[in-house]
Amino acid sequence: MNRYLHLTVRLLALAFATVVIQEVALSQISIFGVSADLTSLVVMSVGLLAGSVAGAIMGFGTGLLVDLVLVQTLGVTSLLFIAIGYWSGRLRELRDPAHALVPLALGAAATAFAGLGMALMQFLLGVESPVSVLLLQQIIITVLVNSLIALPVYALVRRILSPVLPEDPRRRRRRAYTTGGLSPLQSPSHRLGPIPRSSPR
Amino acid sequence: MHDKQVRRRRAVLAALVAVSLILLTAYFGESPSSPLHSVQRGIVQVLSPVQDGASKALAPVRDVAGWFSDTFRAKSRVDQLKKQVADLTQRLGQAQQKAIGYSQLAREVGLDNSNGIDAYHPVGAHVIARDPTLWYATIEVDKGAADGVHYDNPVIGDGGLVGRVTTVTSNASIVTLITDHSMAVAAEVQDSNGDTGVLVPAVGNPNQLLLQYLPQTPPFHESVGQLVVTAGFKYGPLEGLYPSGIPIGTVSNADTNNLANNGQVQVDPTVDLRHIDSVQILTTPHPGAARAQVP
Repeated sequence: MNRYLHLTVRLLALAFATVVIQEVALSQISIFGVSADLTSLVVMSVGLLAGSVAGAIMGFGTGLLVDLVLVQTLGVTSLLFIAIGYWSGRLRELRDPAHALVPLALGAAATAFAGLGMALMQFLLGVESPVSVLLLQQIIITVLVNSLIALPVYALVRRILSPVLPEDPRRRRRRAYTTGGLSPLQSPSHRLGPIPRSSPR
Repeated sequence: MHDKQVRRRRAVLAALVAVSLILLTAYFGESPSSPLHSVQRGIVQVLSPVQDGASKALAPVRDVAGWFSDTFRAKSRVDQLKKQVADLTQRLGQAQQKAIGYSQLAREVGLDNSNGIDAYHPVGAHVIARDPTLWYATIEVDKGAADGVHYDNPVIGDGGLVGRVTTVTSNASIVTLITDHSMAVAAEVQDSNGDTGVLVPAVGNPNQLLLQYLPQTPPFHESVGQLVVTAGFKYGPLEGLYPSGIPIGTVSNADTNNLANNGQVQVDPTVDLRHIDSVQILTTPHPGAARAQVP
Protein backbone atom coordinates (compact mmCIF):
# COMPACT_ATOMS: atom_id res chain seq x y z
CA MET A 1 0.00 0.00 0.00
CA ASN A 2 2.82 2.30 0.93
CA ARG A 3 4.53 1.57 -2.41
CA TYR A 4 1.37 2.57 -4.34
CA LEU A 5 1.19 5.81 -2.38
CA HIS A 6 4.79 6.58 -3.25
CA LEU A 7 4.11 5.74 -6.90
CA THR A 8 1.12 8.11 -6.95
CA VAL A 9 3.13 10.94 -5.41
CA ARG A 10 5.95 10.47 -7.91
CA LEU A 11 3.53 10.33 -10.84
CA LEU A 12 1.87 13.56 -9.69
CA ALA A 13 5.22 15.32 -9.32
CA LEU A 14 6.37 13.96 -12.68
CA ALA A 15 3.21 15.18 -14.46
CA PHE A 16 3.49 18.64 -12.92
CA ALA A 17 7.20 19.01 -13.68
CA THR A 18 6.71 17.74 -17.23
CA VAL A 19 3.98 20.25 -18.05
CA VAL A 20 5.90 23.18 -16.53
CA ILE A 21 9.17 22.30 -18.32
CA GLN A 22 7.32 21.74 -21.58
CA GLU A 23 5.57 25.10 -21.55
CA VAL A 24 8.24 27.24 -19.96
CA ALA A 25 11.34 25.91 -21.71
CA LEU A 26 10.87 23.30 -24.42
CA SER A 27 8.04 25.02 -26.26
CA GLN A 28 10.27 28.09 -26.70
CA ILE A 29 13.18 26.12 -28.15
CA SER A 30 12.76 25.60 -31.86
CA ILE A 31 14.47 22.65 -33.56
CA PHE A 32 13.98 22.63 -37.34
CA GLY A 33 10.99 24.92 -36.81
CA VAL A 34 9.20 22.73 -34.24
CA SER A 35 9.41 22.04 -30.52
CA ALA A 36 9.93 18.69 -28.84
CA ASP A 37 6.80 17.31 -27.15
CA LEU A 38 7.91 15.98 -23.78
CA THR A 39 4.43 15.28 -22.41
CA SER A 40 3.50 12.49 -24.82
CA LEU A 41 6.90 10.83 -24.28
CA VAL A 42 6.54 10.89 -20.49
CA VAL A 43 3.01 9.42 -20.65
CA MET A 44 4.27 6.71 -23.01
CA SER A 45 7.19 5.93 -20.68
CA VAL A 46 4.92 5.67 -17.62
CA GLY A 47 2.60 3.29 -19.48
CA LEU A 48 5.52 1.15 -20.60
CA LEU A 49 6.97 0.99 -17.09
CA ALA A 50 3.93 0.90 -14.82
CA GLY A 51 1.19 -0.73 -16.93
CA SER A 52 -2.03 0.25 -18.64
CA VAL A 53 -4.01 1.54 -15.65
CA ALA A 54 -1.20 3.75 -14.36
CA GLY A 55 -0.48 4.89 -17.94
CA ALA A 56 -4.10 5.83 -18.57
CA ILE A 57 -4.38 7.72 -15.27
CA MET A 58 -1.09 9.51 -15.94
CA GLY A 59 -2.32 10.38 -19.44
CA PHE A 60 -5.57 11.78 -18.08
CA GLY A 61 -3.81 13.83 -15.38
CA THR A 62 -1.12 15.22 -17.66
CA GLY A 63 -3.61 16.04 -20.40
CA LEU A 64 -5.94 17.77 -17.95
CA LEU A 65 -3.04 19.82 -16.56
CA VAL A 66 -2.00 20.87 -20.08
CA ASP A 67 -5.57 21.94 -20.91
CA LEU A 68 -5.93 23.80 -17.60
CA VAL A 69 -2.64 25.68 -17.82
CA LEU A 70 -3.01 26.63 -21.48
CA VAL A 71 -6.69 27.56 -21.09
CA GLN A 72 -7.67 25.14 -23.84
CA THR A 73 -10.88 23.15 -24.21
CA LEU A 74 -10.81 20.77 -21.24
CA GLY A 75 -10.70 17.07 -22.06
CA VAL A 76 -9.15 17.25 -25.54
CA THR A 77 -5.55 16.51 -24.58
CA SER A 78 -6.71 14.14 -21.83
CA LEU A 79 -8.51 11.94 -24.36
CA LEU A 80 -5.42 11.67 -26.55
CA PHE A 81 -3.04 11.00 -23.67
CA ILE A 82 -5.33 8.37 -22.08
CA ALA A 83 -5.03 6.40 -25.31
CA ILE A 84 -1.23 6.81 -25.40
CA GLY A 85 -0.75 5.75 -21.75
CA TYR A 86 -3.21 2.87 -21.94
CA TRP A 87 -1.87 1.30 -25.14
CA SER A 88 1.76 1.69 -24.03
CA GLY A 89 0.80 -0.17 -20.86
CA ARG A 90 -1.09 -2.86 -22.79
CA LEU A 91 1.96 -3.41 -24.98
CA ARG A 92 4.00 -4.07 -21.86
CA GLU A 93 1.35 -6.40 -20.39
CA LEU A 94 0.75 -8.39 -23.58
CA ARG A 95 4.17 -8.50 -25.25
CA ASP A 96 6.58 -7.44 -22.52
CA PRO A 97 9.05 -6.05 -25.09
CA ALA A 98 12.64 -6.24 -23.88
CA HIS A 99 14.44 -4.65 -26.84
CA ALA A 100 16.32 -1.47 -25.95
CA LEU A 101 14.87 0.46 -28.90
CA VAL A 102 11.21 -0.17 -28.02
CA PRO A 103 10.84 3.25 -26.25
CA LEU A 104 12.16 4.95 -29.39
CA ALA A 105 9.63 3.29 -31.70
CA LEU A 106 6.82 3.72 -29.21
CA GLY A 107 7.78 7.37 -28.60
CA ALA A 108 7.61 8.07 -32.33
CA ALA A 109 4.20 6.36 -32.55
CA ALA A 110 2.91 8.25 -29.49
CA THR A 111 4.05 11.60 -30.93
CA ALA A 112 2.50 10.89 -34.31
CA PHE A 113 -0.74 9.85 -32.61
CA ALA A 114 -0.77 13.02 -30.46
CA GLY A 115 -0.10 15.30 -33.46
CA LEU A 116 -2.62 13.73 -35.80
CA GLY A 117 -5.15 13.27 -33.00
CA MET A 118 -4.90 16.94 -32.00
CA ALA A 119 -5.40 17.99 -35.63
CA LEU A 120 -8.45 15.73 -35.90
CA MET A 121 -9.91 17.01 -32.63
CA GLN A 122 -9.42 20.62 -33.71
CA PHE A 123 -11.25 19.97 -36.95
CA LEU A 124 -14.07 18.19 -35.09
CA LEU A 125 -14.34 21.16 -32.74
CA GLY A 126 -14.95 23.49 -35.64
CA VAL A 127 -11.64 24.88 -36.83
CA GLU A 128 -12.39 25.65 -40.46
CA SER A 129 -9.16 24.89 -42.27
CA PRO A 130 -7.91 22.28 -44.70
CA VAL A 131 -5.02 20.04 -43.66
CA SER A 132 -2.00 21.99 -44.81
CA VAL A 133 1.20 20.43 -46.10
CA LEU A 134 3.11 22.42 -43.48
CA LEU A 135 1.03 20.90 -40.68
CA LEU A 136 1.86 17.37 -41.86
CA GLN A 137 5.50 18.37 -42.33
CA GLN A 138 5.65 19.71 -38.79
CA ILE A 139 4.07 16.56 -37.36
CA ILE A 140 6.71 14.47 -39.15
CA ILE A 141 9.57 16.68 -37.90
CA THR A 142 8.18 16.58 -34.35
CA VAL A 143 8.10 12.78 -34.57
CA LEU A 144 11.77 12.76 -35.65
CA VAL A 145 12.82 15.21 -32.91
CA ASN A 146 10.91 13.23 -30.27
CA SER A 147 12.51 10.01 -31.51
CA LEU A 148 15.90 11.53 -30.73
CA ILE A 149 14.98 12.28 -27.12
CA ALA A 150 12.71 9.27 -26.49
CA LEU A 151 15.44 7.03 -25.06
CA PRO A 152 16.87 9.61 -22.59
CA VAL A 153 13.35 10.55 -21.48
CA TYR A 154 12.44 6.89 -20.95
CA ALA A 155 15.66 6.30 -19.00
CA LEU A 156 14.96 9.34 -16.81
CA VAL A 157 11.37 8.27 -16.10
CA ARG A 158 12.54 4.72 -15.30
CA ARG A 159 15.14 6.13 -12.91
CA ILE A 160 12.47 8.21 -11.15
CA LEU A 161 9.88 5.44 -10.93
CA SER A 162 11.91 2.23 -10.54
CA PRO A 163 12.29 2.42 -6.73
CA VAL A 164 8.51 2.47 -6.27
CA LEU A 165 7.31 0.28 -9.13
CA PRO A 166 5.57 -2.95 -8.05
CA GLU A 167 7.63 -6.06 -8.92
CA ASP A 168 6.31 -7.83 -12.00
CA PRO A 169 6.48 -11.66 -11.58
CA ARG A 170 7.04 -12.31 -15.28
CA ARG A 171 9.85 -9.76 -15.50
CA ARG A 172 11.48 -11.14 -12.34
CA ARG A 173 11.33 -14.68 -13.76
CA ARG A 174 12.85 -13.54 -17.07
CA ARG A 175 15.63 -11.67 -15.29
CA ALA A 176 16.41 -14.73 -13.23
CA TYR A 177 16.72 -16.87 -16.38
CA THR A 178 18.85 -14.39 -18.29
CA THR A 179 21.25 -14.06 -15.38
CA GLY A 180 21.34 -17.85 -14.93
CA GLY A 181 19.49 -17.76 -11.66
CA LEU A 182 16.81 -20.32 -12.54
CA SER A 183 18.23 -21.96 -15.69
CA PRO A 184 17.95 -25.78 -15.62
CA LEU A 185 20.96 -25.99 -17.99
CA GLN A 186 23.36 -24.83 -15.36
CA SER A 187 24.45 -26.67 -12.27
CA PRO A 188 24.33 -24.86 -8.94
CA SER A 189 28.13 -24.61 -8.92
CA HIS A 190 28.06 -22.80 -12.29
CA ARG A 191 25.34 -20.47 -11.12
CA LEU A 192 27.18 -19.58 -7.96
CA GLY A 193 30.62 -19.36 -9.61
CA PRO A 194 33.95 -20.60 -8.23
CA ILE A 195 34.19 -21.06 -4.52
CA PRO A 196 36.68 -18.53 -3.15
CA ARG A 197 39.57 -20.09 -1.40
CA SER A 198 40.52 -18.85 1.98
CA SER A 199 43.67 -16.79 1.94
CA PRO A 200 46.79 -18.44 3.47
CA ARG A 201 47.53 -17.21 6.87
CA MET B 1 -8.44 -13.09 -10.01
CA HIS B 2 -7.47 -12.39 -13.64
CA ASP B 3 -11.06 -11.56 -14.60
CA LYS B 4 -11.26 -9.15 -11.69
CA GLN B 5 -8.12 -7.37 -12.89
CA VAL B 6 -9.47 -7.14 -16.45
CA ARG B 7 -12.78 -5.76 -15.21
CA ARG B 8 -11.00 -3.20 -13.04
CA ARG B 9 -8.73 -2.12 -15.89
CA ARG B 10 -11.66 -1.66 -18.27
CA ALA B 11 -13.69 0.19 -15.65
CA VAL B 12 -10.83 2.65 -15.00
CA LEU B 13 -10.38 3.24 -18.73
CA ALA B 14 -14.11 3.75 -19.30
CA ALA B 15 -14.34 6.14 -16.32
CA LEU B 16 -11.40 8.26 -17.53
CA VAL B 17 -12.74 8.49 -21.08
CA ALA B 18 -16.23 9.34 -19.76
CA VAL B 19 -14.86 12.10 -17.50
CA SER B 20 -12.86 13.55 -20.43
CA LEU B 21 -15.90 13.55 -22.69
CA ILE B 22 -18.08 15.13 -20.00
CA LEU B 23 -15.47 17.85 -19.42
CA LEU B 24 -15.13 18.46 -23.15
CA THR B 25 -18.88 18.70 -23.70
CA ALA B 26 -19.49 20.87 -20.64
CA TYR B 27 -16.60 23.21 -21.41
CA PHE B 28 -17.44 23.60 -25.07
CA GLY B 29 -21.00 24.74 -24.40
CA GLU B 30 -20.20 27.07 -21.51
CA SER B 31 -19.74 30.81 -21.49
CA PRO B 32 -16.40 32.34 -20.36
CA SER B 33 -17.91 33.18 -16.95
CA SER B 34 -18.97 29.59 -16.23
CA PRO B 35 -17.61 27.49 -13.31
CA LEU B 36 -15.19 25.43 -15.43
CA HIS B 37 -13.67 28.56 -16.94
CA SER B 38 -13.41 30.08 -13.45
CA VAL B 39 -11.58 26.98 -12.20
CA GLN B 40 -9.25 27.24 -15.19
CA ARG B 41 -8.50 30.90 -14.45
CA GLY B 42 -7.88 29.99 -10.80
CA ILE B 43 -5.36 27.31 -11.83
CA VAL B 44 -3.60 29.80 -14.14
CA GLN B 45 -3.44 32.32 -11.30
CA VAL B 46 -1.97 29.76 -8.88
CA LEU B 47 0.54 28.39 -11.37
CA SER B 48 1.68 31.63 -12.98
CA PRO B 49 4.23 32.48 -10.21
CA VAL B 50 5.65 28.96 -10.57
CA GLN B 51 5.84 29.38 -14.34
CA ASP B 52 7.37 32.83 -13.96
CA GLY B 53 10.09 31.49 -11.64
CA ALA B 54 10.76 28.47 -13.83
CA SER B 55 10.88 30.69 -16.91
CA LYS B 56 13.59 32.85 -15.34
CA ALA B 57 15.52 29.82 -14.10
CA LEU B 58 15.43 28.11 -17.50
CA ALA B 59 16.20 31.28 -19.46
CA PRO B 60 19.90 30.34 -19.99
CA VAL B 61 18.87 27.01 -21.54
CA ARG B 62 16.50 28.78 -23.91
CA ASP B 63 19.10 31.42 -24.73
CA VAL B 64 21.75 28.84 -25.67
CA ALA B 65 19.33 26.95 -27.90
CA GLY B 66 18.03 30.21 -29.35
CA TRP B 67 21.56 31.44 -30.10
CA PHE B 68 22.23 28.57 -32.50
CA SER B 69 18.93 28.87 -34.37
CA ASP B 70 19.15 32.69 -34.47
CA THR B 71 22.69 32.57 -35.88
CA PHE B 72 21.69 30.26 -38.73
CA ARG B 73 18.61 32.34 -39.44
CA ALA B 74 20.46 35.66 -39.26
CA LYS B 75 23.06 34.60 -41.86
CA SER B 76 20.37 33.66 -44.32
CA ARG B 77 18.56 36.97 -43.85
CA VAL B 78 21.44 39.44 -44.20
CA ASP B 79 21.09 40.03 -47.96
CA GLN B 80 17.31 40.18 -47.75
CA LEU B 81 17.45 42.78 -44.96
CA LYS B 82 20.01 44.94 -46.80
CA LYS B 83 17.63 45.25 -49.76
CA GLN B 84 14.77 45.93 -47.38
CA VAL B 85 16.69 48.76 -45.64
CA ALA B 86 17.43 50.44 -48.98
CA ASP B 87 13.78 50.20 -50.01
CA LEU B 88 12.49 51.41 -46.64
CA THR B 89 14.87 54.37 -46.54
CA GLN B 90 13.47 55.59 -49.85
CA ARG B 91 9.90 55.07 -48.68
CA LEU B 92 10.58 56.78 -45.35
CA GLY B 93 11.49 60.00 -47.13
CA GLN B 94 8.26 59.91 -49.11
CA ALA B 95 6.22 59.06 -46.01
CA GLN B 96 7.71 61.89 -43.98
CA GLN B 97 6.82 64.33 -46.72
CA LYS B 98 3.25 62.98 -46.80
CA ALA B 99 3.02 63.05 -42.99
CA ILE B 100 3.77 66.77 -42.89
CA GLY B 101 1.01 67.45 -45.39
CA TYR B 102 -1.37 65.09 -43.56
CA SER B 103 -0.86 66.77 -40.19
CA GLN B 104 -1.51 70.20 -41.71
CA LEU B 105 -4.71 68.98 -43.37
CA ALA B 106 -5.83 67.11 -40.23
CA ARG B 107 -5.53 70.31 -38.19
CA GLU B 108 -7.45 72.29 -40.81
CA VAL B 109 -10.42 69.87 -40.96
CA GLY B 110 -10.30 68.91 -37.25
CA LEU B 111 -9.72 65.16 -37.89
CA ASP B 112 -10.30 62.88 -34.87
CA ASN B 113 -7.11 60.81 -34.23
CA SER B 114 -8.15 59.39 -30.87
CA ASN B 115 -8.28 55.79 -32.16
CA GLY B 116 -4.56 55.71 -32.98
CA ILE B 117 -1.94 53.74 -31.06
CA ASP B 118 -0.74 56.91 -29.28
CA ALA B 119 -3.97 57.01 -27.29
CA TYR B 120 -3.16 53.68 -25.60
CA HIS B 121 -0.97 53.01 -22.59
CA PRO B 122 1.53 50.20 -23.34
CA VAL B 123 2.40 47.74 -20.56
CA GLY B 124 5.53 45.64 -21.14
CA ALA B 125 5.26 41.91 -20.38
CA HIS B 126 7.41 38.79 -20.67
CA VAL B 127 6.22 35.53 -22.19
CA ILE B 128 6.29 32.89 -19.45
CA ALA B 129 4.62 29.99 -21.25
CA ARG B 130 3.33 29.11 -24.68
CA ASP B 131 1.12 26.55 -26.33
CA PRO B 132 3.32 23.57 -27.18
CA THR B 133 0.99 22.20 -29.85
CA LEU B 134 1.34 22.82 -33.57
CA TRP B 135 -1.50 25.29 -33.48
CA TYR B 136 0.40 28.14 -31.78
CA ALA B 137 -2.82 29.54 -30.43
CA THR B 138 -1.88 31.17 -27.13
CA ILE B 139 0.93 32.53 -25.00
CA GLU B 140 0.92 33.39 -21.31
CA VAL B 141 2.46 36.68 -20.11
CA ASP B 142 3.41 37.87 -16.64
CA LYS B 143 1.14 40.93 -16.43
CA GLY B 144 -2.48 40.85 -15.33
CA ALA B 145 -5.35 42.87 -13.92
CA ALA B 146 -3.08 44.34 -11.22
CA ASP B 147 -1.09 46.06 -13.99
CA GLY B 148 -4.16 47.51 -15.67
CA VAL B 149 -4.63 44.75 -18.24
CA HIS B 150 -8.20 44.06 -19.33
CA TYR B 151 -9.98 41.49 -21.45
CA ASP B 152 -9.67 42.22 -25.22
CA ASN B 153 -6.66 44.54 -24.88
CA PRO B 154 -4.56 44.46 -28.09
CA VAL B 155 -1.05 43.04 -27.80
CA ILE B 156 1.91 44.09 -29.96
CA GLY B 157 5.54 43.04 -30.06
CA ASP B 158 8.58 42.79 -32.33
CA GLY B 159 7.20 45.52 -34.58
CA GLY B 160 3.74 44.18 -35.23
CA LEU B 161 0.41 42.89 -33.97
CA VAL B 162 0.63 39.74 -31.82
CA GLY B 163 -2.97 39.17 -30.70
CA ARG B 164 -5.35 40.14 -27.93
CA VAL B 165 -5.87 39.33 -24.25
CA THR B 166 -8.52 36.64 -23.78
CA THR B 167 -8.04 35.61 -20.14
CA VAL B 168 -6.97 37.85 -17.28
CA THR B 169 -5.97 36.91 -13.76
CA SER B 170 -4.51 39.25 -11.17
CA ASN B 171 -0.89 38.51 -12.07
CA ALA B 172 -0.95 36.88 -15.52
CA SER B 173 -2.84 36.95 -18.80
CA ILE B 174 -3.44 34.61 -21.70
CA VAL B 175 -2.93 36.18 -25.12
CA THR B 176 -4.64 34.60 -28.11
CA LEU B 177 -2.36 34.99 -31.12
CA ILE B 178 -3.43 36.28 -34.51
CA THR B 179 -2.86 32.75 -35.87
CA ASP B 180 -5.68 31.35 -33.70
CA HIS B 181 -8.75 30.27 -35.65
CA SER B 182 -11.00 32.52 -33.57
CA MET B 183 -9.15 35.71 -34.58
CA ALA B 184 -10.21 38.21 -37.24
CA VAL B 185 -8.77 41.70 -37.65
CA ALA B 186 -9.94 44.58 -39.83
CA ALA B 187 -6.88 45.37 -41.94
CA GLU B 188 -5.79 47.78 -44.63
CA VAL B 189 -3.22 47.41 -47.40
CA GLN B 190 -0.92 50.42 -47.51
CA ASP B 191 -0.90 50.82 -51.27
CA SER B 192 -2.26 53.58 -53.44
CA ASN B 193 -5.83 52.20 -53.15
CA GLY B 194 -5.77 51.55 -49.40
CA ASP B 195 -8.09 48.52 -49.77
CA THR B 196 -9.48 47.14 -46.52
CA GLY B 197 -10.48 43.58 -45.67
CA VAL B 198 -10.63 41.10 -42.83
CA LEU B 199 -7.44 39.28 -41.87
CA VAL B 200 -7.87 35.67 -40.73
CA PRO B 201 -5.26 32.99 -40.02
CA ALA B 202 -4.42 30.01 -42.17
CA VAL B 203 -4.80 27.57 -39.27
CA GLY B 204 -2.06 24.97 -39.04
CA ASN B 205 0.33 27.27 -40.88
CA PRO B 206 1.77 29.82 -38.46
CA ASN B 207 3.61 31.61 -41.26
CA GLN B 208 0.53 32.52 -43.22
CA LEU B 209 -2.45 34.87 -42.88
CA LEU B 210 -5.26 35.54 -45.35
CA LEU B 211 -6.68 38.97 -46.08
CA GLN B 212 -10.26 38.36 -47.17
CA TYR B 213 -13.24 40.32 -48.50
CA LEU B 214 -11.09 42.55 -50.70
CA PRO B 215 -12.61 44.29 -53.71
CA GLN B 216 -12.18 41.83 -56.57
CA THR B 217 -10.70 44.43 -58.90
CA PRO B 218 -7.37 43.67 -60.53
CA PRO B 219 -4.58 44.63 -60.74
CA PHE B 220 -3.78 43.80 -57.13
CA HIS B 221 -0.45 42.13 -57.93
CA GLU B 222 1.20 45.55 -57.54
CA SER B 223 0.51 45.24 -53.83
CA VAL B 224 2.84 42.27 -53.33
CA GLY B 225 5.36 43.35 -50.72
CA GLN B 226 3.13 46.15 -49.41
CA LEU B 227 2.56 46.52 -45.70
CA VAL B 228 -0.76 45.43 -44.16
CA VAL B 229 -1.80 47.35 -41.03
CA THR B 230 -4.76 47.35 -38.70
CA ALA B 231 -7.59 49.46 -40.11
CA GLY B 232 -9.13 50.58 -36.83
CA PHE B 233 -12.42 52.38 -36.77
CA LYS B 234 -14.40 54.67 -34.51
CA TYR B 235 -18.05 55.53 -34.90
CA GLY B 236 -19.49 57.52 -32.02
CA PRO B 237 -19.09 55.49 -28.81
CA LEU B 238 -18.29 52.32 -30.80
CA GLU B 239 -14.67 51.62 -31.70
CA GLY B 240 -12.62 48.71 -33.02
CA LEU B 241 -10.58 46.37 -30.83
CA TYR B 242 -7.32 47.38 -32.45
CA PRO B 243 -6.03 50.92 -32.98
CA SER B 244 -5.23 51.85 -36.55
CA GLY B 245 -1.78 51.64 -38.07
CA ILE B 246 -0.28 48.62 -36.28
CA PRO B 247 1.74 46.59 -38.81
CA ILE B 248 0.47 43.03 -39.23
CA GLY B 249 2.41 41.71 -42.21
CA THR B 250 3.23 42.10 -45.88
CA VAL B 251 1.31 40.84 -48.90
CA SER B 252 3.20 37.76 -50.08
CA ASN B 253 0.98 36.43 -52.84
CA ALA B 254 -1.84 38.08 -54.76
CA ASP B 255 -2.97 35.42 -57.19
CA THR B 256 -5.38 36.91 -59.74
CA ASN B 257 -7.70 33.86 -59.80
CA ASN B 258 -7.82 33.63 -56.01
CA LEU B 259 -8.54 37.34 -55.78
CA ALA B 260 -11.27 37.22 -58.41
CA ASN B 261 -12.97 34.11 -56.97
CA ASN B 262 -12.45 34.52 -53.23
CA GLY B 263 -11.38 38.14 -52.81
CA GLN B 264 -8.36 37.16 -50.74
CA VAL B 265 -4.56 37.51 -50.77
CA GLN B 266 -1.87 35.85 -48.67
CA VAL B 267 -0.04 37.85 -46.00
CA ASP B 268 3.20 36.97 -44.18
CA PRO B 269 3.04 38.11 -40.53
CA THR B 270 5.59 40.69 -39.41
CA VAL B 271 6.09 39.07 -36.03
CA ASP B 272 7.81 35.70 -35.64
CA LEU B 273 5.31 34.27 -33.20
CA ARG B 274 7.48 31.22 -32.51
CA HIS B 275 10.34 33.27 -31.07
CA ILE B 276 8.69 36.19 -29.33
CA ASP B 277 9.93 36.71 -25.75
CA SER B 278 8.36 39.99 -24.72
CA VAL B 279 5.26 41.93 -25.76
CA GLN B 280 3.45 45.17 -25.05
CA ILE B 281 -0.17 45.11 -23.95
CA LEU B 282 -2.05 48.21 -25.08
CA THR B 283 -4.30 48.97 -22.16
CA THR B 284 -7.59 50.59 -23.01
CA PRO B 285 -7.57 54.37 -23.37
CA HIS B 286 -11.27 54.71 -22.62
CA PRO B 287 -12.33 52.09 -20.03
CA GLY B 288 -15.95 51.18 -20.41
CA ALA B 289 -16.24 52.32 -24.01
CA ALA B 290 -18.18 50.03 -26.28
CA ARG B 291 -15.81 48.02 -28.44
CA ALA B 292 -16.46 45.80 -31.39
CA GLN B 293 -14.69 43.07 -33.28
CA VAL B 294 -14.98 42.05 -36.88
CA PRO B 295 -16.70 40.24 -38.40
